[in-house]
Amino acid sequence: MKFLHKITLAVSVATMGFAAQAEVDLAGETVEWVIPFSETGGSAKWANFFAPLLSEALPGQPTVVVKFMPGAGSTKGANWFQKQKNGDGTLIFGSSGSTQFPYLLNDPRVRYEYKDWNPVMATGTGGVAYLNAESGAKFDGSANNLQDINFIYGSQGATRLDLVPLLAWKMLGMNVEPVFGVEGRGDGRLMFERGEANIDYQTSSGYLKGSADLVAEGSAVPMMTWGSLDDNGDIVRDPTFPDIATFKEVCEATTGCETEGAAWDAWKAFFVAGFPSQKIAFLPQGTSQDIIDTFIKAFEDVKARPDFAEISAKRVGKYPMFTGNAANEALGKATSIEQSAKDFVVNWLEQDYGVKLEK
Amino acid sequence: MDVFLNSIPALSDAFALILQPQVLGYLVLGVVMGLCIGVFPGLGGIAGLSLLLPFMFGMDPILGLALMIGMVAVVPTSDTFASVLMGIPGSSASQATVLDGFPLAKKGQAARALSAAFASSLFGGLMGACFLTVFILVARPIVLAFGLPEMLMITILGLSMVAILAGRVALKGLAAAGLGILVGTIGEASAGGSLRMATYDIPYLADGLKLVIVGLGIFAIPEIISLLRQDSSISRAEKLGGSWFDGIKDWWQNIWLSFRCSIIGVVVGVIPGLGGSVVDWIAYGHSVQTTKDKSNFGKGEIRGVIGPESSNNAKEGGGLVPTLLFGIPGSGSMAIFIGAVALLGSGQIEVGPAMLKNNLDITYSIVWLLALANVVGTLFCIAASGGIARLTTIRFTLVAPFLFMLISFAAFQSGQNFEDLIALFALGLLGIFLRRFDWSRPAFLIGFVLSSPVEKFMNQAFQIASFRFRESAEAGYAYVFSPIVIVLIIITVVSVVLGLRQAKTIMAEGDIQSGSKRAPMVFLLAVLTYAIFAYANAYAISDRLMTDKIIPLIIAGITIFCCLIVFIQMIRAKETDVLFADREFFGEDADAPYGLWSTLAWFGALLALTGIFGFIIALALFLVSFLHVRGGLRWLHALVYSATGIAFMLFMAWALGRDFPPGLLQSYFSLPWPFT
Repeated sequence: MKFLHKITLAVSVATMGFAAQAEVDLAGETVEWVIPFSETGGSAKWANFFAPLLSEALPGQPTVVVKFMPGAGSTKGANWFQKQKNGDGTLIFGSSGSTQFPYLLNDPRVRYEYKDWNPVMATGTGGVAYLNAESGAKFDGSANNLQDINFIYGSQGATRLDLVPLLAWKMLGMNVEPVFGVEGRGDGRLMFERGEANIDYQTSSGYLKGSADLVAEGSAVPMMTWGSLDDNGDIVRDPTFPDIATFKEVCEATTGCETEGAAWDAWKAFFVAGFPSQKIAFLPQGTSQDIIDTFIKAFEDVKARPDFAEISAKRVGKYPMFTGNAANEALGKATSIEQSAKDFVVNWLEQDYGVKLEK
Repeated sequence: MDVFLNSIPALSDAFALILQPQVLGYLVLGVVMGLCIGVFPGLGGIAGLSLLLPFMFGMDPILGLALMIGMVAVVPTSDTFASVLMGIPGSSASQATVLDGFPLAKKGQAARALSAAFASSLFGGLMGACFLTVFILVARPIVLAFGLPEMLMITILGLSMVAILAGRVALKGLAAAGLGILVGTIGEASAGGSLRMATYDIPYLADGLKLVIVGLGIFAIPEIISLLRQDSSISRAEKLGGSWFDGIKDWWQNIWLSFRCSIIGVVVGVIPGLGGSVVDWIAYGHSVQTTKDKSNFGKGEIRGVIGPESSNNAKEGGGLVPTLLFGIPGSGSMAIFIGAVALLGSGQIEVGPAMLKNNLDITYSIVWLLALANVVGTLFCIAASGGIARLTTIRFTLVAPFLFMLISFAAFQSGQNFEDLIALFALGLLGIFLRRFDWSRPAFLIGFVLSSPVEKFMNQAFQIASFRFRESAEAGYAYVFSPIVIVLIIITVVSVVLGLRQAKTIMAEGDIQSGSKRAPMVFLLAVLTYAIFAYANAYAISDRLMTDKIIPLIIAGITIFCCLIVFIQMIRAKETDVLFADREFFGEDADAPYGLWSTLAWFGALLALTGIFGFIIALALFLVSFLHVRGGLRWLHALVYSATGIAFMLFMAWALGRDFPPGLLQSYFSLPWPFT
């Protein structure tokens, strides 16, 4: 509460006409950046990448510690964050698409409300699906030769970000059996490496760090990326992986897969909610504007670093980073979805996985 | 062969990198910091590494590595102090050390136990490094051979150690392990997210209980309370026997045990996803099985210290394999380590498969820095052990309040909630009863620790196996019964059979006399009632989410079954039967000058005061009044002692950037740190 004390001071100074922002000083504090996943996934890498940069950019250079709180596919951590009221700048929360989806789908376990939180930064990502060498040899840019293979996939849950790959594979007519209860995409990749799973997908950072090596040594074959959105909202090749075809291209080449209609619209809607603004950093509800502004400013400074493009491309992929208002807009896109797309997905989840959700 | 030839120049490069005065200086600095943090139970490497993280950005890679590794490496060494001297399991790495280390301290042989433990740690760490130097080159395919069925079997092997530690009445030990597993399933299930024995109205329970709190509650609190009631010192011996040199001699006489346990440590540490929780118990079980005269285990057998301590430092080395080769950290501190490595220099070190190809010299530097840090840390610890062992001769009443201070702080660090303290108290109470009625506490802890891996591996292996069986029966059997699984099944069966035969002689809780029928029966019925509730609770989960309910159902069923049989036996048996073991009836506890409840009330008062005034104010009130009233010190002395203790606590918390539990007072007034 020492900090609260400083804030009251800062606010009283502000009302006297001074710039309040300069008074926010986090020197000697520890800022906890809570990630609702295990240490092995893309969110962990994302936070670990930004944490030291944020520490440098915040006034007083506080220690920024990444803390992991995995469980129930991230709803556990998000439910916990919803209850946090210490808006003194010592707590940030990093949500991911896997946190956004259960929220969009009215999952009964969701006890959090995005509208209560204060977004300060958002980044997008892409995703790459890949096959093992055996089925990869049968892959010719379409899924036509993959129809008779029994695929096994280590999944965090059908209502999570995994919804996007699972629906894509279903649209391609592939027979993919998910094994639920995997705690992060890193664990999923390990399952793939052990040969227990024979299909996998990683977000861009996870792919760059772990799976690209598998591709290089020939034990994995990239299948497709989810693509990236251009200014018109159309799906184009992912700038991080310009050589890998998008799902849209693979779908067009595959007999029976259509890039229009209810299934496609639903897939695209959930892709937009889950990937282009996938990871968002929040301050808890009740945080004062001074602190929010301080964090936005800090993230802007991080983005403005001369070496930012270089170090971020290597660690998290070439995707835009949004701060302040842009982060708010990104949040809006990520947490709203058309009713028809939602209905389609809810029906599909119940039919294929027995998951009952409210429409 | 090429792989090995390439490795030799890399190895000499690595030594050239390490053996620079500046690098060694950073290593020693890291070790000293790690030792200071490690003696504090419950903090561990995560707190220390987080402290270093901000300095890592752009730092010279080898210096940064030396600093971080120095710190991480010694935590499992220095937490031995707490487990041997005070019976507090500081981390999962010292759970099994408590079983024999603490009884040795009670016999006045703390220095011997400590130095044997440290010598074993040192040897284990060095063995681990030697083994890894070769093994890391070929580790990848071997690690990948450990799929879900194999990991499930290792976890079950760990669970089978319950057979050895079950105590004189095997069914009670089994029920204790079952209860441990059930307590481990409390909260949201990881597969489907169903709630078990929890509600969203109590978010603390939905998160599940943490190992630190369970370890402190089940082991530390009962021992502290018991010692406090007797108002003596930890060491019962007239004068301290067994110098630090004796401990080293003990280790030397058991060098083969130490060797085997360190190999167990590396091998199990290498497998990602298991972490250190199983290693201790497997090593302890192995020590018991290979000892001819088993009667001393649980009462202060030096081999019970040497085994687990040899394995836990070796395990740290083994844990580097998944961390470095797969980028998958085996523990929380390793996760931070990975994050920090990427910050070093210009970020040229990429943890992952490329470590072997591009950075073999760095990989070897990490392995041998770890070994070297073990050496430095151990020398410090051995040098200190003789002096620190004298703590056991101090009148315990003067030590206990500070232990209460330490464990409350440690418990609070795990979840930063006031509920942590309530959970600590509740589990402490459970631990007191388990100890009193001779229900194996190690069995309970093994069950708790392995509860979530068993559930996770079981569900996932089952799913994949069912897909394979759908393909063909052959593919299914080949998956489930791989050669590794078969070997593990054989080891497990052998160790269960041997264990059950030996269990009667190994008294994990010491020798306990039987008393009246009523109290032991009431406790049994309480356990039975909980198991029935847990069964009903799991039964209510929808069948669609079978993954969330199957383990609690089976385990609760087994626990109910065991309890019922014991209950029937109790009705028939005479009251002198071992079934009715009760410490309150005969022995040290029964003869103690102070009662259980009045002693426990002191600890309860500390927590209650914390709930009102916050930790630091409560602590001041508690320490002063305890030292004066119970300790019989004069007010001035009590004040000085308390002030010293609190100052130490404040310094540590300040240095590590930690907060203290707040109370009601803090929700009305905002106070400056440390009163927050």
